[in-house]
Amino acid sequence: MNLAEMTAHEAADRLARREISALELTDAVLNQIDRRESTIRAYVTVLPERARQQAREIDRRRLAGESLPPLAGIPTAVKDNISTQGIRTTCASHMLERYVPQYDATVVKRLRAAGTVVLGKSNLDEFAMGSSTEFSAFYPTANPWDPSLVPGGSSGGSAAAVAANEATMALGSDTGGSIRLPASFCGLVGLKPTYGRVSRYGLVAFGSSLDQIGPLTRDVTDAALVLSAIAGHDPHDSTSLAWPVPDYRQALIPDVKGLRIGVPSEYFVEGMDPAVAEAVRQGINQLAALGATVEETSLPNTKYALAAYYVVAPAEASSNLARYDGVKYTIQVDGHDVMEMMDRTREAGFGPEVKRRIIVGTYTLSAGYYDAYYVRAQKVRTLIKRDFDRAFEKFDVLAVPTAPTVAFPLGARIEDPVAMYLTDVCTVTVNAAGLPGLVVPCGLVRGLPVGLQLLGAAGSEETLLRTGFAFEQSGDWRNRRFGE
Amino acid sequence: MEISLAEVDHVAELARLGLTALEREQFRAQLSTILGYVNQLAELDTSHVPPSAQIIQVENVTRPDVVRPGLTVEQVLANAPVREDDYFRVPPVFEE
Repeated sequence: MNLAEMTAHEAADRLARREISALELTDAVLNQIDRRESTIRAYVTVLPERARQQAREIDRRRLAGESLPPLAGIPTAVKDNISTQGIRTTCASHMLERYVPQYDATVVKRLRAAGTVVLGKSNLDEFAMGSSTEFSAFYPTANPWDPSLVPGGSSGGSAAAVAANEATMALGSDTGGSIRLPASFCGLVGLKPTYGRVSRYGLVAFGSSLDQIGPLTRDVTDAALVLSAIAGHDPHDSTSLAWPVPDYRQALIPDVKGLRIGVPSEYFVEGMDPAVAEAVRQGINQLAALGATVEETSLPNTKYALAAYYVVAPAEASSNLARYDGVKYTIQVDGHDVMEMMDRTREAGFGPEVKRRIIVGTYTLSAGYYDAYYVRAQKVRTLIKRDFDRAFEKFDVLAVPTAPTVAFPLGARIEDPVAMYLTDVCTVTVNAAGLPGLVVPCGLVRGLPVGLQLLGAAGSEETLLRTGFAFEQSGDWRNRRFGE
Repeated sequence: MEISLAEVDHVAELARLGLTALEREQFRAQLSTILGYVNQLAELDTSHVPPSAQIIQVENVTRPDVVRPGLTVEQVLANAPVREDDYFRVPPVFEE
């Protein structure tokens, strides 16, 4: 097996037994980047020399007899909205094209402490706003399964890098599905943790009441390893939770006997691809065959989640992006006074989707509309949360689709904002309620991957990982990789 | 729901966001469509529902009020587009 195709835990085992070196592994992945990147374009910035240096350092420490954490030497892609000290962090925006953070995000600090090799910064929809990675100001990323298709978004670069063997694992961020959708479209495992489980310090803010950082990996074990490394309280992020961090790998027991799984009908939306619905249903049947009890249920306010999300997220974005005013962040377009300078800098620096969301968000927050839109959306959010609270009195896990379709062609939705937003209809619900969601591949439709989405109560990552692990171990999809 | 160009201009001004002529027209149409979509929220009776203020309960997060090292002046100004001495430079706020 090519080293670049290994899961992180397979590679970690071989590294620990010294059958391979971190440098060999890193070189294998860098070679794959050389071969594939002109087609896939998963990265904004690749750092081959730094990566080799980190790999050599890990090899040196291992040879010196040091006992190293499991992710030591594992080549990783970091979404380019996560700050990396001394390495430009662009958010795939002209606004930050030359921006170099002066500090590491807490997740990056934790990955570095774990010995992870940072290969580079992966592409995204500008400021993480989008569902296809086509709104990157630089270039769209292609889906490794079929380069004429989108990889999903906004963490499309992270997903494509892992799927194309251009990284062993990746970090993404998820505000309305931006980890889980690309995981589904690229045949990967993607985890959006509970709000507050992972520090957002150093994540460029988009929707502050919704954003979470999480892993994109080749299997559930890797997701557990990464979560164990990055989760936990951080004094720099006052929303991070003080809950203890378990070793999530201990949760990986292939047993779902007696697990209560609910299947809310609302997620099988009108207009959904019937073959995708069928693949998800088969996945759920598989869990039932493994001994889980499966029952249909209803979360009646689900159908309003997308509308509430597309009020709250742009409102928060319009506030968060006010800081890009031509004063502090690398670009200033001259004007005869400071107002004109700001107008012109923001006109030149932001792309179409970011501008659209700033306009929508500013409108719904403006005098006379605040109650009708923003407050109403936050009330609907309460209803959505109550639906989940009721459901989790009765069920351990909800099993639902990740998206209504498989990956769609590049260009198919880019001119129609509402069509693009509808891509997120099955994923925004848990962001609205702060809950965790895990996507695991559940089959192929017309040769393209479909992800089964498992949702849980706040802090239920162990249950989700156990369920996902049991599912993964019972099928043959974990061995399905795209052919080149 | 129809949004006028004047409303787009007003919002763009609030957001300090310059728009091209093409974007003004596009956003007028798209803002109308997007607001039309989110207006389905009005179907729900939310008169007795409190708005979500936070989604995971975390209370009274404090930290010791002690001096900690921060960024140096050079670090703070490292990404300044226009710098003068130890300041960020911008065009005049008021005309002379």
